[in-house]
Amino acid sequence: MDSQSSYNDKVVRQFTIMTIVWGVVGMLVGVIIAAQLIWPALNFDLPFLTYGRLRPLHTNAVIFAFGGSGLFATAYYVVQRTCHVRLAFDKLAAFTFWGWQLVIVLAVITLPLGITQSKEYAELEWPIDLLIAVVWIGYAIVFLGTIAKRRVKHIYVANWFYAAFILTVAVLHIFNNLVIPVTLTKSYPIYSGIVDGMMQWWYGHNAVGFFLTAGFLGMMYYYVPKQAGRPVYSYRLSVVHFWALIAIYMWAGPHHLHYTSLPNWAQSIGMVFSLILFAPSWGGMINGIMTLSGAWHKLRTDPILKFMIVSLSFYGMSTFEGPMMSIKTVNALSHYTDWTIGHVHSGALGWVAMMTIGALYNMIPRLFNKESMYSTKLIDVHFWTSTIGVVLYAVSMWISGITQGLMWRALNDDGTLTYSFIESLKFTYPYYGIRLLGGLVFFSGMLVMVYNVWKTVAATKPQPVPVIQPA
Amino acid sequence: MSAGWSWYVLILTLASVAACFWLIAWTNRQRASDAEIAESEAHVWDEDIRELNNPLPMWWLWLFIITLIWGLGYFIMYPSFSEDGGLLGWSQEAQYEAEVAAAEERYGPIFASFGAMPVEELVDDPKAMNIGSSLFANYCSQCHGANALGAAGFPNLTDGVWNWGGSPAQIELAISNGRTGVMPALGAVFESDEAIDEMVRYVQNMASEMDTASPAHTKYMQLCIACHGPTGQGMQPLGAPSLVDDVWLYGSSASAIRKSIVEGRNGVMPAHQNMLGPDRIRILAAYVYSLSR
Repeated sequence: MDSQSSYNDKVVRQFTIMTIVWGVVGMLVGVIIAAQLIWPALNFDLPFLTYGRLRPLHTNAVIFAFGGSGLFATAYYVVQRTCHVRLAFDKLAAFTFWGWQLVIVLAVITLPLGITQSKEYAELEWPIDLLIAVVWIGYAIVFLGTIAKRRVKHIYVANWFYAAFILTVAVLHIFNNLVIPVTLTKSYPIYSGIVDGMMQWWYGHNAVGFFLTAGFLGMMYYYVPKQAGRPVYSYRLSVVHFWALIAIYMWAGPHHLHYTSLPNWAQSIGMVFSLILFAPSWGGMINGIMTLSGAWHKLRTDPILKFMIVSLSFYGMSTFEGPMMSIKTVNALSHYTDWTIGHVHSGALGWVAMMTIGALYNMIPRLFNKESMYSTKLIDVHFWTSTIGVVLYAVSMWISGITQGLMWRALNDDGTLTYSFIESLKFTYPYYGIRLLGGLVFFSGMLVMVYNVWKTVAATKPQPVPVIQPA
Repeated sequence: MSAGWSWYVLILTLASVAACFWLIAWTNRQRASDAEIAESEAHVWDEDIRELNNPLPMWWLWLFIITLIWGLGYFIMYPSFSEDGGLLGWSQEAQYEAEVAAAEERYGPIFASFGAMPVEELVDDPKAMNIGSSLFANYCSQCHGANALGAAGFPNLTDGVWNWGGSPAQIELAISNGRTGVMPALGAVFESDEAIDEMVRYVQNMASEMDTASPAHTKYMQLCIACHGPTGQGMQPLGAPSLVDDVWLYGSSASAIRKSIVEGRNGVMPAHQNMLGPDRIRILAAYVYSLSR
C-alpha cells in the first residue's frame, strides 16, 4: 500500500493519547484548586502552588491541552474520512503535534512560575504566543490543504465547523496578543484601558464560541451520526445555524463587561447579539438530538451514545443559560458570582468533555486496529461518573452563585447592606464541598478511561487503514 | 472609544442581522424543491454518513425571528450605536444616579435624624447601634476584623488605646478624612547592626526602665523623641504610638520592632467622607466609640 492510499492516523493517535493525558492533568489541577478554596492551607505557602497560579494552569490545561488536543485529533481524523483522502502534509501535521505539546509544556512551566499576561485564557507570554500562532497556521494549512484535495465534491458539515473554528481562533489569538515585548517573559498590550478590556473579551468570548462551540459542533456532526448509524436530521438546519452562529458570535463579547466603563452602546450590542445567538446555538442541539431519534433503543446498550446525548443536553442547557445571563438585569445578579463558574463547567464538562470522551471511545478501537473498546461496562461506569460529577458541580454552583448574588444586594430597612462579604463566603463553604466532590467524581471517571484505553491499546499493533473510495 | 468605531459596528452588526433574515428566507424558499432535497440527501461520506434535509422546525424558526426582531427593537430603544442614542434615554450612569437618588430619598431621613444626635447619645440608641454594626461589617471589618480586634498594622478598636485620640470627635475625624501614620525608615542612620539591636532592646525595655546608660538612649533622644516623646509616651496629634504601653501595632517581637526602625512604617486609614457622608459617619463613629466603652 503506498503512503497516499492510507489515512495518516499516526498523528491522530498521538493527539488522542495526549487528549487523555492532558484531561487527567488538567482536571487533577482543577480538583486541587477546588480543594484550596475550602482549605487555603493546601498551597503549603509555596508560590507556585498558590490558587492564583494554578487556576490559569487548570483553565489552559483543560481548554487548550485537553480540548485542543481533542480537536486536533478529531479534526485530522474526520477531515481525512469525509474528504476520502490522506491528510495533507505529513511532516507539517507532525510539527503541529510536537509544537502543540511544546506549547503545553511551556504553559505548565511558566504559569506556576507566575509568568503571565494577566489576560484570562490568554495568559501565556509572547514567545509562547508566537509559537502558538505558528503551530496554528500549520494546523490551518494541513486541514484546509486536505479539504482542497478532497475526492468528493461536497464538503461535509463537520468540516465547515472545524474550518471556521481554526480560522477564527487564528485571528482571535493574533489580535488579542498584539503586545510590545519588554523582556523574554514580560510584555505590555498595544491596547490601553477599556479598549484592552474589550479586545480581551472579544477574544475571550469567541474562544468559547469558536474553540469550545464551533470546534466541538464539528466533532458532534461526525461522531453522533457515525455512532448512532443514523443520517443527520437536517442539512438545511445545519446551513442556517452554521452561518448564523459564526456571524452572530463575533459580537457577543461585551456581555462580559456589563456595568463597567465600557460605553453603553457597546454593552447593548453585546447583550442583543448574545440573545440572538440563542436560536443558532440550539440549531446544533436540535440537529444532534434529532439525528439520534430513531436510535433511542441503542441508548440502552451503547454508553458512547449516552455520552453524546447527555453532552447535547448540556450544550442546549448552557446555550440557553448563557443568553439569559447576558441580559443586563440578570447579569447584575450573576456577574462575579459562582453562577458563572457553574455555567462554564456545565459547558466545559457537560458539553465539551463529554462529547470529546464519546468521540474518543468511538475512534480509539478504529485507530488501534481493534473491534471495540476493552470494556463497554467501564465506558458505562465512566458515563455515570461524568454525569453525576457534572450535575453535582453545576447544581452546587447555581445554589452558591445565586445566593451570593442575593446576599450581596440584600438591604436592611435602613438601606445598609444586610450581609458582610465574609457572611456570603461562609454560606458558600458547603457548596464548595459539593463542587469538590463533583470534580472528584468526574476526575475518577477519567482514571477509569485511562485504564480502559490502556487495556485496549497496550498490546496492539496499529495497521494502516486504507482510504475509502468515495461513494 | 471613538465615533468611527460605532459606525463600523453599526454597519457590520445590522448587516449580520439582515443576513440572518436573508438566510431564513433563502432556506424557506428551498422548501418546495423536491429535486434539490433528493440531491442533497444522496450525498454519502465515509461509507455511511448521510444527511436528511428536513425542514426547519417551526418553533425554532419563530424563536430565531422573534429574537432578531426583538434585537432591532432594543437597538432603537437603548443606546446601541452611539453613546447618547436610544429612545428611552437610558444609560447605566443615569440608572445609577436615579437609584442613588431614590435610596437617598428613602433612607436619608433616617440617617439625618441620627446625624443630628451627638455620639454620646447615639451609643445608647439600639437602632443606631444596629445600623452602625452593619456599616462596620461592610466598611471596616476588612482591616479591623469582624470583631474589631484588629491585626498587625490595623489597630484594635476595643482596647481603649487610641494613637490619634479616642474622643468621639477624633474618631469621627479619622473615619471622615482618614489617617496616615508614618514612621520614617531609620536604618541608614545606624552605624552598625549591633547599634540597631541595641535600639530594639532599648525600645522593648522602655516600659520598665529607660536605660540612660545605653548608647541607644542618646540616639533615642536625637531621633525618636520628636514624635514618641521624652518618656516614650507617644504623641496623639501625630498618631505616634506610645512605646511604654503593652500594645504594639506592628507586633512586639524584636524582628517586628527592628523592621519598624529600619524600614519604617506607612499606616493608612482611608477617608470615607465621600463614600458615606457625615450622617452615616456619625453613626459609625458612635458604634466604634461604643466598642471600647
